[in-house]
Amino acid sequence: MSNDSRPPSRFAEVLLRVLCLGAAVLPVLLLLALIVDVAQQASGRLSWEFVTSYPSRHAEKAGILPGIAGSLWLITITAGAALPLGVGAALYLEEYAKRGRLANLIEVNLANLAGVPSIIYGLLGLELFVRFMGMGRSLLAGGLAMALLVLPVVIMSSREALRTVPTQLREAGMALGSTRWQVTRQIVLPMAMPGILTGAILAIARAIGEAAPLILLGALTYVDFLPDGVNSPFTVLPIQIFNWVSRPQPGFVIAAAAGIIVLLVTLLFLSGIAIYLRNRFEQQRG
Amino acid sequence: MMQQPTTHARPYRTAEPDRDMATETNGIKFRTKDVKAWYGDNQVLHDVCMGIEEKEVTAIIGPSGCGKSTFIRCLNRMHEMITNARVTGAIELEGQDIYDPAIDPVLLRRRVGMVFQKPNPFPTMSIRDNVLAGLTLTRSKKRDQGDAIVEKALKQAALWDEVRDKLDARGLSLSGGQQQRLCIARALAVEPEVLLMDEPCSALDPIATARIEDLLHDLRDRYTIVIVTHNMQQAARVSQKTAFFLQGELVEVDETNTLFTSPQDKRTEDYITGKFG
Repeated sequence: MSNDSRPPSRFAEVLLRVLCLGAAVLPVLLLLALIVDVAQQASGRLSWEFVTSYPSRHAEKAGILPGIAGSLWLITITAGAALPLGVGAALYLEEYAKRGRLANLIEVNLANLAGVPSIIYGLLGLELFVRFMGMGRSLLAGGLAMALLVLPVVIMSSREALRTVPTQLREAGMALGSTRWQVTRQIVLPMAMPGILTGAILAIARAIGEAAPLILLGALTYVDFLPDGVNSPFTVLPIQIFNWVSRPQPGFVIAAAAGIIVLLVTLLFLSGIAIYLRNRFEQQRG
Repeated sequence: MMQQPTTHARPYRTAEPDRDMATETNGIKFRTKDVKAWYGDNQVLHDVCMGIEEKEVTAIIGPSGCGKSTFIRCLNRMHEMITNARVTGAIELEGQDIYDPAIDPVLLRRRVGMVFQKPNPFPTMSIRDNVLAGLTLTRSKKRDQGDAIVEKALKQAALWDEVRDKLDARGLSLSGGQQQRLCIARALAVEPEVLLMDEPCSALDPIATARIEDLLHDLRDRYTIVIVTHNMQQAARVSQKTAFFLQGELVEVDETNTLFTSPQDKRTEDYITGKFG
């Protein structure tokens, strides 16, 4: 027996467990309720036709094909720009940079940039890409603005991943007479790949759900054509959904619900690919 | 080389004071002069002057933190890989200063291989790929003769018979002692002239340790070996020369037999008789 006269409180123990369980379950339940609600609304509209037709003035004919195409184009450009830049920056900071003022400066800035609201990146993209660089209200401008938006996240998660590779493996490689780059390319990167991919996917998932910066940047809300290249005007799924939700006719609300389901499925599909890739790399890592 | 400045604290300590030069078969592989090393502001080596003979095993003993690992990391310029670490003084490999700006540390490390304290095979690689790692990493043409190199290196590391049927298994699937021999094979596959070993047996059990010690006997005909160990029995078993370090200073270096039976310095005697350390 302890000197403490009070017996340990079983009640408090149980209470805490229940509270924590509630905290874990509540968000899942809320999300589930939301999805079920949206899915019920969408059930009438979800069809192959919906995902393969163009928007229309008539709610029951409106489809979401340009939104899907625009989103896919956009994330391809975003990933193409953000991943090499982000991983490159992370490699510099983790593998090459000497600890010093420059590295600290970059580090502080990255942490701040990750917290900047997305609409600010929209403004930056509008000024820098659309106007100054003369790209117009194109997919390229949108994709690059999104790349800027997700870059800090990509850099930070890549750095985390690189840090998990033990220093002794780098030393072993260097001691065999290889250069820093050879060690990085053939030993460090393969080992850090699962973590880098996870971060990249989270970043891209964020980009695919963003509407605000693209609205600012001049993405269209009514598009009855498919993008034919990076200079094409475009719309994306969230903007199409936003547009439909704001219409008065109830038919468009249902179309929006169907659009949300399409967006969610696209996201799940991307996460699925990411998880598959990560598992493959992890197996390889042993 | 230049004549020694008169302010020199002490002469080189090579371990063959009165042997006739004419009968000497081995040359001096490494010669260090006034080697000082720091981590940040913390000086861990003080004026180490020492010769290391070719095709012999030189053991470096001393209590923890005496600078013995730092010293061998200076010999292949791995010390400078650590942030804020620096070295002064000269280290000559066959007469050439390896800290000369004209020397590429990457090429130096192909001549001076290293085996680390903890076995560290590359986790993403098979046994075969681990052995060939030095050649693959550096894109050496020699990897065309991969199979021959793998067999030769694994035989030299006395691991071939245990792994010949599972060369495609992961390096990490081996036992600790096998992993360490795999790391030795990996270092040998690059065909270095010198092999630096930083307490290679400290993470191994006695049987695995004995195997590595046997291996050293076979390897010393072909390689110059410098082994750091905190185990004095091991130093006595495997080496021809032994150097005793204390608090960053080279206290004494001599024939292993001489050093252990009649040490010149009181501190060496105290250490090997177990009075401290």
